[in-house]
Amino acid sequence: MKKDIILAGVGGQGILTIATIIGDAATAANLNLKQAEVHGMSQRGGDVQSNLRLSTETIYSDLIKQGAADLIISMEPMEALRYIPYINKDSWIVTSSHTFKNISNYPQEESLMEELTNFPHVAILPIEDVAKENSLPKSANVILLGMAAKYIEILSPEQLRESISRVFASKGEKIVEANLRAFDLGLQAVK
Amino acid sequence: MIERKLLLGDEAIALGAIHAGISGVYAYPGTPSTEITEYIQAHAPEVRSRWCTNEKTAMEAALGMAYAGKRALVCMKHVGMNVAADAFINSAITGVNGGLVVLAADDPSMHSSQNEQDSRFYGKFAMIPILEPSTQQEAYDMMAYAYELSERLKLPILMRVVTRLAHSRAGVVVKEPIKQNALNPETDRTHWVLLPVNARRQYASLVDKQGELLASSEASPYNSCKQQIGSDKSGTTSHENQANIEVTTHKSSSTSPVGVIACGIAHNYVMENITTGMDIPILKISQYPLPETAIKSLATQCESLLIAEDGQPLVEEQVKSLLGTDYPIKGRLTGELPRMGELTPDNVGAALGVNKEQIYATAQNVMPRPPALCQGCGHRDVYDALNKVAAEYEGARIFGDIGCYTLGALPPFRAIDSCVDMGASITMAKGAADAGVYPAIAVIGDSTFTHSGMTGLLDAINDNANITVIISDNLTTAMTGGQDSAGTNKFEAICLGLGLTPEHVRVVVPLPKNMEEITRVIREEIEYKGVSVIIPRRECMQTFQRKLRNKKK
Repeated sequence: MKKDIILAGVGGQGILTIATIIGDAATAANLNLKQAEVHGMSQRGGDVQSNLRLSTETIYSDLIKQGAADLIISMEPMEALRYIPYINKDSWIVTSSHTFKNISNYPQEESLMEELTNFPHVAILPIEDVAKENSLPKSANVILLGMAAKYIEILSPEQLRESISRVFASKGEKIVEANLRAFDLGLQAVK
Repeated sequence: MIERKLLLGDEAIALGAIHAGISGVYAYPGTPSTEITEYIQAHAPEVRSRWCTNEKTAMEAALGMAYAGKRALVCMKHVGMNVAADAFINSAITGVNGGLVVLAADDPSMHSSQNEQDSRFYGKFAMIPILEPSTQQEAYDMMAYAYELSERLKLPILMRVVTRLAHSRAGVVVKEPIKQNALNPETDRTHWVLLPVNARRQYASLVDKQGELLASSEASPYNSCKQQIGSDKSGTTSHENQANIEVTTHKSSSTSPVGVIACGIAHNYVMENITTGMDIPILKISQYPLPETAIKSLATQCESLLIAEDGQPLVEEQVKSLLGTDYPIKGRLTGELPRMGELTPDNVGAALGVNKEQIYATAQNVMPRPPALCQGCGHRDVYDALNKVAAEYEGARIFGDIGCYTLGALPPFRAIDSCVDMGASITMAKGAADAGVYPAIAVIGDSTFTHSGMTGLLDAINDNANITVIISDNLTTAMTGGQDSAGTNKFEAICLGLGLTPEHVRVVVPLPKNMEEITRVIREEIEYKGVSVIIPRRECMQTFQRKLRNKKK
């Protein structure tokens, strides 16, 4: 069994934290893992992505082949669309609906959403609003992970919850609780 | 107990070096190599690890440590090899006493670079062994191997990685660390005093060692031949041989239409595309010079060879001359693989003739999202002021440099006319001023100034060139993530020491509220006929916010 995931967003939105949580869970579950990240110049407000590959078998390439990704997890709807050539008709797109406009030629929002929701398997949620309503302003990325948990399959939501406890442990009990609550909000939103 | 850690390629190299008993790491930050030194700084207090002023000082200090009998690591991005080249090439002539590994992190596709030069050429040029890991595990394992090889051959070793290995994480099984070498300075001066009489003897000894280098590659555990057996429909199986053993095929009666030579990370992309039913012998190469026997043996089993290598077609050219012009070689030079840019599982798949599944076309509603200077960044105020003043002078030219402030080339600023290499802003402004450009303005960051700007400024001062230099000081090496900058708190003293008068070393604070003062100072110094330096100084927003967060904890 394998799961190839593309994590997408804009520099600073916290996609590498999502990668860290999944990576920790995969390591605890003794899965093979490769995770290519983007460092350097693009982190300054540019588009960022991470190729995260999980498998029970040997993983060779650090990069995912076009058409082979099982899942896109994106903090931003246009960034989700950027990686469309990497998915196929069975893949899921899990994305925030909250646009991040730091460019002058950002596409028209209606046509962007129409194109996005026309793909066969899309889970979309205004995660920033959910985060605010629940007083979890810094945990939007973990809400998104909760939404995606159902489709990661190779790891169970419970394994991801355990990983959240480990990853945030150094920041104290309160932060762990907040992130677990954020994860559950996302998880319940797609049920 | 076997310990398995999830490590970036850079971290695997760092931990491999720590466990191989290095006593020092010497480096200047540069993507994608920065995390190696950062990991050592965070995890090995017993290893000397402070950032160096540039790659040449790093290379020389590492050579000094190797002279003293201890193991040293020097790390840089590929273009840093150009800066270190003088010391690097000559380190092959002196040879080493303690082990010395030079780590060059290449950036094919130029994700964060000015070119995609292939550091393997430097290794071949210097006539030393090159190691090129394909996985994070190999990157870790190779460090101990590299130091043993270095001390056995008495030569520095070049280890070359690419962005996709440096910045990709995978599980790595780690071993027990070994002890650092004891102090044991070299006693034979004739190896180290490169007067012509000694240098000729040392060079002859390096030439003599080439046979030993080749033998080491032929026997290397990192060079291996693999025969994919396509007849087994239930799944792909393979068996591996050391490269020095004749490759055996299961179809001795016939040859394969194509064989593959896969170098370093290219091996991963080849293997990703191998599926049941494919009959392709693969020679993986992770140690150079090229294992010629294994290549010739592979060639006899195949009707043609595909050369998969990330970077420039170094191996492709060598294999061509090894096998003769009649033998069909495919790769970047013949168009099966793209001539430039990094390899991917997709372009390697296409070269292997693997049919791509039907994929979606690029989405309609997607626009590029280029990086930009952070909100609140002091460089923004510098460019706002500079653009205002430059607009008053028809002939103004602004020579930029390497760092976050290179983003001043993009909208909304579009402020700079050039960006070439570390330090070139000052010297290019000087040359342009010599030719008659006025005003000729240089914009350089604090870390880039100490890296390679100081010597150029001395030239300008000695020649009384009519240039205005702006050292945009954010108190850190920001572009690579906020490493300590070598000249912090020393810039006025450096400028005065190089011979500037105090009236023309001006310090301002780049904030919108100071715009009137900043533009006035720039205007005054442009009007001054001679060298002047303006230092806009305000802390980087990223390091400032990081300090705030750390305080809260």
